[in-house]
Amino acid sequence: MEDARVAPVLTARRAGMIACTECGKVHVPGLERCTRCGSHLSSRDVTSLQRVWAWLGAGLVVYVPANVYPMLRTTLLGKTTDSTIFGGVVDLMHHGSYGIAGIVFFASIMIPVAKFIAIAYLALSVTHRVKLSPGKRQHLYEVVEFVGRWSMIDVFVVAILASLVQLDFAAAINPGIAAISFALSVAFTMLSAQSFDPRLIWDASEEPEQ
Amino acid sequence: MSLADVVAEELPPEINPVLPPPAFTAEQAEHLIACPLCDTLHEEREIAEGETARCARCHEVLESPRRSAMTRIIMLALSALVLMVAAMFFPFLELSVAGRVQRSSLLDTILAFSSGMTAPLTIAMASLIVILPSIRFLSLVYVLAPMAFGHRPARHAEFFFRLADHLRPWAMAEVFIVGVAVALVKVAGLAHLSIGPAFWAFVALVLVTVLKDNFMCRVTVWKTLESRRS
Ligand SMILES: [Zn+2]
Ligand SMILES: [Zn+2]
Repeated sequence: MEDARVAPVLTARRAGMIACTECGKVHVPGLERCTRCGSHLSSRDVTSLQRVWAWLGAGLVVYVPANVYPMLRTTLLGKTTDSTIFGGVVDLMHHGSYGIAGIVFFASIMIPVAKFIAIAYLALSVTHRVKLSPGKRQHLYEVVEFVGRWSMIDVFVVAILASLVQLDFAAAINPGIAAISFALSVAFTMLSAQSFDPRLIWDASEEPEQ
Repeated sequence: MSLADVVAEELPPEINPVLPPPAFTAEQAEHLIACPLCDTLHEEREIAEGETARCARCHEVLESPRRSAMTRIIMLALSALVLMVAAMFFPFLELSVAGRVQRSSLLDTILAFSSGMTAPLTIAMASLIVILPSIRFLSLVYVLAPMAFGHRPARHAEFFFRLADHLRPWAMAEVFIVGVAVALVKVAGLAHLSIGPAFWAFVALVLVTVLKDNFMCRVTVWKTLESRRS
């Protein structure tokens, strides 16, 4: 469809049609569900932004205990030490595993924080003028959608360690309460990103130039 | 009426404006396809196998049919299911400290959270690593197998294909593999650790999943489903 390079483009909304976001089929208004795939139809998801902010808020709230409380509780020869997410990264660096420390730091600290900022920015860009072009913002949205699940790495690490190092050894590792709040925070931000209707990114750019 | 004729008018940028009267009839709309990400309309044309059609505005892939994609997806999904069963029951990791060996299967890993305050995480772990990926593989086989053999689509095939699509971000097998790598390094100082056969089954599972998702073109499957229904 390279020949369709007409500017400005015609969207389903401007043509008074409703497009299915699951299968791409174009419908005349008035239908509840897509006749091809059965998905719910709406020209624009009106509650999209509300749900984005609600999930994002929930994700932020549980992100705080995830960083304050211990993620791992290690018992070595009767002595118990707690380590938080950040403490775990520092420990790895002390052992000289800089690469792995980098992966954990990136997945557990950088990605969640960057995701919070990126989602808030995208949601604000729908109602406010921003510098980034719609094309770049959609790219940002795709990166956020792709990268979010990788934050789960640390939760998996805790589970693997806890199952491997059992009580009958001199050492025991147990999951801490932060594992739950961190997993929830990742899930909530994923839901927040999924609630965003990317078609909203382009609508503001269709506004006539003043 | 062509696309360019309708582009003339402007619309206010509210989230939910009143739609203008429809520019196309239902029959004309049959020959249109909208970009699922940015809503841009395109005139539909035959896309040859191996070709990729992209959105004119945002360059999102609209359609990319591949030769005998359905049979390949079914084969890959079936292999993924077999590998999943193997990964579940063979030893996954082995840890030895002072002559004693601790074997841990995928099941043990999942059950690691089953005591105390972190019990809810057990269900979440089981879902992310085993249950959701398995549901995806089963749904794809259920939807695609009858069509690959030239039959009508199975009952509720639409529902199961939507399910497989929606579950995609929540099936986290590949994230788990990276978690294993990090865990290996963390325990390295404490004890001697070796990798069991289930680990390699799981790595193969991840590769098969990635291959399968690359072959799959959502719009092509939907169009095939629709044409086989009527
Ligand atoms: Zn549809
Ligand atoms: Zn597009």
